[in-house]
Order: sequence, then structure tokens, then C-alpha cells
Amino acid sequence: MAAISREEVAHLARLSRLAVTEEELDTFAGQLDVILQAVAQVGEVAAADIPPTSHSVPLTNVLREDVVTPCLTPEEALSGAPDAEEQRFRVPRILDEDVAS
Amino acid sequence: MTTTLPAYDEVVARYEPVIGLETHVELGTNTKMFCGCPTDFGGAPNTRVCPVCLGLPGSLPVANKAAIEATIRIGLALNCSIAQWCRFARKNYFYPDMPKNFQISQYDEPLCVDGYLDVEVNGELVRIGIERVHLEEDTGKTLHVGGATGRIHGATESLVDYNRAGIPLVEIVTKPVAGTGALAPEVARAYVTELRDVIRSLGVSDVRMEEGSLRCDVNTSLNLPGQEWGTRTETKNVNSLRSVERAVRSEMLRQAAVLDAGGRITQETRHFHEDTGDTTPGRSKETATDYRYFPEPDLVPLAPDPAWVAELKAALPELPRLHRRRLQEQWGLSEADMQSVLNAGAVELIEQTVAAGASPAAARKWWLGELSRRANETGVELADVGATPAQVAELQGLVDAGKLNDKLARVVLEGVVAGEGSPTEIMTNRNLEVVSDTGALTAAVDEAIAANPAIAEKVRSGKVAAAGALVGAVMKATGGQADAKTVRELILARLGVQG
Repeated sequence: MAAISREEVAHLARLSRLAVTEEELDTFAGQLDVILQAVAQVGEVAAADIPPTSHSVPLTNVLREDVVTPCLTPEEALSGAPDAEEQRFRVPRILDEDVAS
Repeated sequence: MTTTLPAYDEVVARYEPVIGLETHVELGTNTKMFCGCPTDFGGAPNTRVCPVCLGLPGSLPVANKAAIEATIRIGLALNCSIAQWCRFARKNYFYPDMPKNFQISQYDEPLCVDGYLDVEVNGELVRIGIERVHLEEDTGKTLHVGGATGRIHGATESLVDYNRAGIPLVEIVTKPVAGTGALAPEVARAYVTELRDVIRSLGVSDVRMEEGSLRCDVNTSLNLPGQEWGTRTETKNVNSLRSVERAVRSEMLRQAAVLDAGGRITQETRHFHEDTGDTTPGRSKETATDYRYFPEPDLVPLAPDPAWVAELKAALPELPRLHRRRLQEQWGLSEADMQSVLNAGAVELIEQTVAAGASPAAARKWWLGELSRRANETGVELADVGATPAQVAELQGLVDAGKLNDKLARVVLEGVVAGEGSPTEIMTNRNLEVVSDTGALTAAVDEAIAANPAIAEKVRSGKVAAAGALVGAVMKATGGQADAKTVRELILARLGVQG
């Protein structure tokens, strides 16, 4: 059985706002399936006594003091933006989308 | 669509409400959560940004120690367990309020879990379970432009300011609160009020709802007695304590009308409207899997040192509820009197006035009397009425020293509120001090006696009560600037009568 269905790929594409054609869906579903199955092989090796790893370095509590550092100027901040207006980033409207928090 | 809403009494007789509250608090740290940009309010657009909070390639976030500490302290004050190990997570979504296309948040490993907050409603203690307290970053501010209305539905473009993007945001989620029946709206309000007071007492946020540093989403559902909990809706845009109460109530009425008509409640986000007091539907609630949470690879896990957590716990301030109890005892107030102090939002003001030297009774008199009246008239919070606790204490000091009588003190206080200066300055500048020069007073007394021989005779013959008219005459002659008690004593002495 495939590790990821065509419908799941279509759903992910919609969440990511990627315009994917019907043909591409077939292609990507096949490719992602191969990748997921390869990753799944790692899961087979992992025994119960091996905790899942999310970070490759054994570090915790890397924190900084609450001290202000210099910001970019608005000109610098907006220099890479495709469009700007009123010193703000200008983007196409997004309707009915998720808003964090 | 207009539906006739059922009466509230009928709704709570037929249905049982379950509520839940998600509260977001912007921390008052100097810098953002993952970079050193300042958090001060009101800068020009995109002047508080750097490669990290703009999500530029190659930049790496580093967590703010002060924000972690503040979150742990909030968790401890809410009786939570503090995670020994936890991670940040990416919450992925498509909206330009975060330039990275994701928000760094916490998912299945919040920093604080499983606590409670006791709140008082009508003198009863209600324990609100706390599911979790986690740390995330605030989003940028989008301005929708183009189209006719300026609202999102008519807009063609969005303009984004990322000054707020990345400001530390603590999310506090309650467990479902069931069994409060008709009191559910008041319980919701009491919880948010108490939470605000707790966080304020910790000094980690200014928790001002009107400025958005405290924001609340309200979950509401209804079920028939003895049956499973109903489908809940989440009401956003609830921006004042009063609105928290109104939002729960309005949603209970709306859902009851739907259920009464045999309909089903849709799980959705709704928006509260301050002007009408009702809610309208927003987007449908997406499932958590659509956010594709995964551990934030750019931030290493947090593992708060238990010794540090114990230290923070030992240093927590007294909880506001217990603090209020203690004050009530110290001030010798009845339950009802304390309630009126609370309702007026005057607890801290009175406390600070007492700390500045006034008696509790006098402090309470000024804040609940003259100043509350003034605040109501001008529609401002009592704390913003224009007088400080130190000024009120100074004013009362002048009264206690006999330099101002009650009437003059009110005039001086008006001057203080109008920004004319300190009470002493106003008293001096406007020459309002009580006439305590006995020579001047004696002259006024003699004049009053001479002008009212019949009354003077009555007093001489033993009708001491008649002296009131003479006191009045002297007060009038001195423009109210004499101490009535002193005047009375002088009159009686002059007429050779014992007081």
C-alpha cells in the first residue's frame, strides 16, 4: 500500500497554495511515496529503547538575555519585498485563511 | 436572517452550557521572543524588525530567557506542573501575518500543564482547571486595503507591518468548565478578570485588553441535561471583560435557538461584535493536522532546571484573591463594601493611597466618592481619572492637618484632576487654606455675633444648638475657608457657654 495517497498530496498542495496539475499529482504522489517508504525503513530499525530524535545535537536551554539589539531600517527590511506601500509589505489579499493563535 | 432568540432563563432551564477559554497574553519583555528587536508599542511600521523576525534565509532564532521565566512564573501561579523537557513546534499556515509562513509555538509539549485558578463568583469559589500554558510568538499586523469598504471582504491587497511579529505571546487554555449553569457568562468574566490580576501581580505583562496585550477566545457549547457535551463554537474578537460575559451569553442564546429548531451546531469560529453584542460566523475550524506541526529544528529543547523552577515558585507574589482578603481584613470592610471597592476597580489605588500615608477609610472615601463619580462622568477608568494615590494621600494629609476642610478638599481635588499641580500647590496658589489665624477668625465671629443679636442671646441662654446659624455666618464670611469645629468652639467661648 502506498505511504501517501493522491488525495493527501492534493490536500497538502492546497494547504501550501501550490497549483498542481492532475498529471503532477500522479508524479508527486509516486515520488513522495518512494521517499516516505525510504524513511519508514529507519523506523523499522528503531527499537523501543531508542527515543525519537528531533535534534542532532544533544543541547538544551540555549537562551539569550533580554537585551535589545539593532534592527534593520524599514528601507532595508522592505528592500527584498516584491512590493511595498506606506512602509508596509504589500501582498495580495488572502481570504478565509488560517490565522495563527 | 433574523431569528427570535429564546429567553435566557428558559435556555438555562433546558440546556447545560460548557465553556472554555483561550487567553493570549503579550509579555512585557524588552525584546521579542527569538530576536533582540524591541517590543515597545506604537513604532512606525517595520521599524522593529530584523532578519530573524522577518524570516530571512540563514537567520536563526534564539529563545528569550526572560520570556521563558515569565511563562514558568505564570504556570506556577496557576498551579501548573512545569515540563522538565519540552520543545517548540512549527505551526504551518498560509497567511501573511507571519513572514515565515509558520508560527513558532508549542504543540504537544507545552511548558506548563494541568493547573487551576480559583475565582469568586457571587461569593462562591469556582475552580477553573488549566489545561496548558504555552509560549509562542505574536503575529504581524495586516491592513486590508483596496475595494470600497476597507474590510477584508472588499479588500484587494493587504499591507503588513511586522513590528509585533515575534513578540512573546503566552497562551493559557482552560479545561472545559461544566456545571456552572446560568452563571456561565459570569464565570467566564470572573476567570478572565482573575487571570488578568494574577498576571499583573507577576509584573510580566501590562495585560490591557483595549491595547491587545490580553486577548480572549471563548468556547461555548450547550447540551441537554445528562447527555454528551454539544458541538462547540469558538468566539474571537472578545476585547473587554464585559464582552467576555456578553459573548458567552449571546452564543448560548444563539445555539439554543438553533437546537430548539431541530438544527445542529457547526463547529466554527465566530466573531463577536462589540456594537451589537452578537456573533457572526468566521472561517470553519480547520483540524490540527492541517497545521502540520513538527518540532522546531532551529531551536533546541527547553529543560528548565528544577532548582530554578523552585526558586521562581518560592518568589511568587501573594495571589490577588488572597491579597484582597488580607486587605479586606486590614481595612475592616464588610463583604459588600469590599465588593464595591472591587467593582470600582479601586483595590490597588486604595492600597497605594494607604501606603502613601492616608487612612483606609479616607482613601476609600476619595476613590469611591469624588473620583469614581468623576471617572463615570468622563467615561475613563478610575486609574486614569487624573489623580494619583500619592496626590490623594497628600490631600488627605492636608485635611488631617486641619489645613483643608472637606469642602475645600473637594475643590483642591478638582484642581488636581484638572492637572493644576499637587494638592499643596493648588491650595497655596488658589489661597484655599483653612483660615486658622485665630485673630482673623475671632473678628469674623465677633461680626457674626454683632449681626445676629437675637441668635446670640438664645445661645447665651443655653440653646447651644442655635449656634449653628452663627457658624454658618462665619463660614460664609470666610468663604468656607474656616474649620467649622474651631469656629463653633470660638463662638461658644465668646458667648461664655460650655460646648
